[in-house]
Amino acid sequence: MSDTAVQMAAIDKRFGGIHALRHVSFTARFGEITALLGENGAGKSTILKILRGVEAPDSGTITLRGQSFDRLTPQSARALGVGMIFQELSLVPTLTVAQNMFLGHEPCNALGLIDETAMERGAKTIFASIGVYIDPQAEVGALSTGLQQLVEIAKVLNQDAEVLVLDEPTSALSGQEVDVLFDLLGRLRASGKAIIYVSHRMDEIFRITDRATVLRNGSLVASRPISEYTLPSLIADMIGRQTQGLAAPPGPSAATKEVVLSLRGVTSTARPNPVTFDLHRGEVLGLAGLMGSGRSRIARMLFGLEPAVAGEIILHGQPIRISTPSQAIEAGLALIPEDRRRQGLVLAHSIEANVALPMLGALGRGPFVQAAKLRALAARIIARLAIKAGGGEVAANTLSGGNQQKIVIGKWLETRPEILILDEPTAGIDIGAKSEVLGIVRDLAAAGKSVIFISSELAELIAVSDRIAVVSRGEIVKTLKTSQLTLGDGHDGSLRAEEALQLIIQGGMNHD
Amino acid sequence: MTDNTVLSAPPQSRLQRFAKGWRQNIIYIGFILVFLFFAITLGDRGFLDTRNLLNIVRQTTMIAVMAVAMTFVLSAGEIDLSVGAVAGLASVTTAMAISWGGLFFGLATGVTTGLVVGVVNGLLSTRLMIPTFLTTLAMMGVCKGISMWISGTASIPILDETYTSVFGGGNLGPVPSLVLWMVAAAIIGHILLKKTKFGHRVLAVGGNVVAARYSGIDTGRVKLGVLVMSALAASIAGMLYAGRLQSGRFQLGEGDELSVIAAVVLGGTSLFGGRGTVVGSIVGALMIGVINNGLILMGLEYSQQLIARGAIIILAVALSQTGSRQR
Repeated sequence: MSDTAVQMAAIDKRFGGIHALRHVSFTARFGEITALLGENGAGKSTILKILRGVEAPDSGTITLRGQSFDRLTPQSARALGVGMIFQELSLVPTLTVAQNMFLGHEPCNALGLIDETAMERGAKTIFASIGVYIDPQAEVGALSTGLQQLVEIAKVLNQDAEVLVLDEPTSALSGQEVDVLFDLLGRLRASGKAIIYVSHRMDEIFRITDRATVLRNGSLVASRPISEYTLPSLIADMIGRQTQGLAAPPGPSAATKEVVLSLRGVTSTARPNPVTFDLHRGEVLGLAGLMGSGRSRIARMLFGLEPAVAGEIILHGQPIRISTPSQAIEAGLALIPEDRRRQGLVLAHSIEANVALPMLGALGRGPFVQAAKLRALAARIIARLAIKAGGGEVAANTLSGGNQQKIVIGKWLETRPEILILDEPTAGIDIGAKSEVLGIVRDLAAAGKSVIFISSELAELIAVSDRIAVVSRGEIVKTLKTSQLTLGDGHDGSLRAEEALQLIIQGGMNHD
Repeated sequence: MTDNTVLSAPPQSRLQRFAKGWRQNIIYIGFILVFLFFAITLGDRGFLDTRNLLNIVRQTTMIAVMAVAMTFVLSAGEIDLSVGAVAGLASVTTAMAISWGGLFFGLATGVTTGLVVGVVNGLLSTRLMIPTFLTTLAMMGVCKGISMWISGTASIPILDETYTSVFGGGNLGPVPSLVLWMVAAAIIGHILLKKTKFGHRVLAVGGNVVAARYSGIDTGRVKLGVLVMSALAASIAGMLYAGRLQSGRFQLGEGDELSVIAAVVLGGTSLFGGRGTVVGSIVGALMIGVINNGLILMGLEYSQQLIARGAIIILAVALSQTGSRQR
C-alpha cells in the first residue's frame, strides 16, 4: 500500500458567482496528521464537503485506495474509509456509548433482535485498540464533551475509517481534554491512520500536525512540512498579499473622551473570568478572539440574556442592573445576535412583523398596533438599508442572507440605540452587503453612538474598529488602538496589522 | 462566504401565490362544499330550515368560544387540554353560586374559576417549566375531580331566568343570544390577534421563541397570558352550557378539548405555533357543527357518526396542512 491516503487533484468548484475552489490539489498520507488551514471562506469546508461526498466538484479527481473518482457520494466516501468527526457532535445523547457506535448497523442475533452484548464487546474492542477506557453502557448525554469527542472518534473507527477528518475538534474542550485527545491522535497516527485536522488555533497546529496545507480565497498557497513554518510565516501564508476589497480604512476616529459604558469586573454565572473595559462615545470597540473564547458571552451578558452576577456595569456614570433584554433596550442598548436565523428573525413571518418586535410599544396607543405606522416603519427600514425585497409583507425566509441581516440591523437601528452590539454581523453574507454593514457601523460612530463589534474576520475588525480588545477564555487579555497595528501604509500596512493581531490572538491562547 | 449567500427565492408567480392561498384557505372552500353537499342531499329533510341552521350555531357556540382562545394558545406554540374540564367545573361553580348568592355572585364565581385555573396552568408552565401539554393534562383531571366532588356528581339546577336567557335559550330581538356570544368572541379574538401588541407577541413567541426573547419580549408573560385567556374562555363556555341546559353538571364540556383543537387546526392555525387565524377557527367550529348535524339528519347511528366525523376531519386537516408545511 502506498503511503498516500487521499489524493485530490485539480479540484474546481463554483457556487453561483463565487469561485470557491480554483484548481486545488490536496494530499493526506497514512501515518501523518495534515493541517488544513485558511481564513474563513478560504475553501476549507468546501474541500472537506467534496471529500465527504456532500458536494460534487465541477472538475478534478479524487483518489482513494488507488481508485480515481470524479465525485463521491456520502455512502461511497464512507465505504472508502473516510470518517468525519463533526464540530457539533452527531451522537444521540439518550443512547448508550455502544448503541451510538453501532447506530444504523446494529449486530443482530439469530432471532433478528439487536445483540446488545455483541455491541458492547465490539465497543470494548475499539476502545482497547485506541487505549481509551469508556464504559460502553454509559449514556452519552452523561459524559463530558471531551469524552463524547472520543466516542465520536471511536464510532468513526468502528466503521473502518482510515482517513479521519477533524473540524475544530477542540473548540469546546478544556485544556486537559485537549491533552487526552492529542494523545489519542498521536496513537492513531502511529497505527497508520491518515488524519486531516482543521483548527484556527495555531498552537495546536504546531503541536500536533506534521504537514500544513494552506488555502486562501479558494486557491492552494502551499503544502509543506510544519517544521518549515514559524507562526509568523504561517499566518503570512494564510492572510496573503491581497486584501479582499473591504471597506476603506476608517476615516478620522469619532471617538471622544466621554465614557458611555464601563464594565468593572463583571461576570455572568457561567464564566469565571471577570470582564473590565470602557466604551467611549463615538467609538467602535472591536472584540477579537477565537471561537469559544467568550466574546459572544460578553454581548449576551450586556443584553440581559445571561445576566451579570458580580461586578458593576456603569452606564452614563450610573451603575445599572440589566437582567432582561427589555431592560437592556430601555437602557439604550441593542444587540444584533450572531445567529440571525435562530436569534434574529422569525423567519416565516413578514418583514413588518419582524421589525415591529423590539418596538411594539411605540407602534400605537394602548393595546393596539397601528397598521399604518407598522407599514411606514418597514418601508423606512427597507429604503434606509436598500433591502432587496418585494415589500414589507414579504416573509423573511424568502430573502438572501445579506438582506435578512439588514432586516435585523434595521429593526435595531430603529430603536435608536446609544450602544449597538454586533455579533458576527457579516457571517455568511456577500462582500457587497459586508462593506455596507461596515459603512453603517462607521456612520453610527460618526453620529456619536458607541459600537461593540465582534468578528472573527480580522481584516474587517481592523477596518471598522477604533480599538480592539482581545478576548481569551472569557477574559480581555489585551486592548490596543487599531492605529498601533496599522503603522504602514496601504495594502502592506493593513496586512501587517492583520498578522500582528493574529499573533496577539494566538498568543492569548498560549497563556494557559 | 459560500452556501446561503446565493439563496434567494425566485419571485412567486400569481399562479403559485393563488395555489398557496387556495391551500391555506381550504377551510372556507371545504366549509362551502360540505354545506352545499348537505344542502342538496338533505334539503328535503329540513337541513336548510332557519331553525335547523340556528340550532347548528347554538350547538357550536361553546366550541367556537373556546376555539377563539385556543387559537392564541396554539399560535404561541403551546396547547391547553384542560378546556373541556374547566367548562364543566365552571358550569357547576356558577350554578352553585347562583343558588347560594344570586346572579352576580354566580357570574363572578364562574369567571373566577377560569381565572384561577388559567393562572395555575400558567405559573406551572412558566415557573416550573413543565410543558403545557402536561400541566393542562393534569389540570383536566383535577378540574373534573373538583366538579364531581363539590356537586356530588349531581346536576345543579339554575332557576334564575335572566341567567338562562342571556347565557342560553334567550333572544335579542330575532337573534338568539348564543349567536351573539359567538359573534362577540370572533370579533374580539380577531382584533386581539391581528391588531394588538399582545397578538403580535403571541405570534412571535410561537414563530421563534429565541428571536422573540432576543427582541425583548417577556416570553413567560405571553405564555401565561394565552393560558389565562384559554381558561377564561372555557369558563364562559361552561356558563353558556349551564344557561342552555338550565343546570350545572360535571359532564358538560367533556371531551370538548379535542373538538376545539380540531376546529382550530381545521381553520388553518399551525399546531406548532407562529401562524393563527380566529376567523378560520370559527369556521372550523361551524364546519364540525354542520357535519354533526348533517350526519344526524342523514339518519346515521351515533357509532357511524363518530367514524364519519373522524374521517372528514382527517381529510380536511391533511389538505390544509400540505400547503403550509414548513421546510
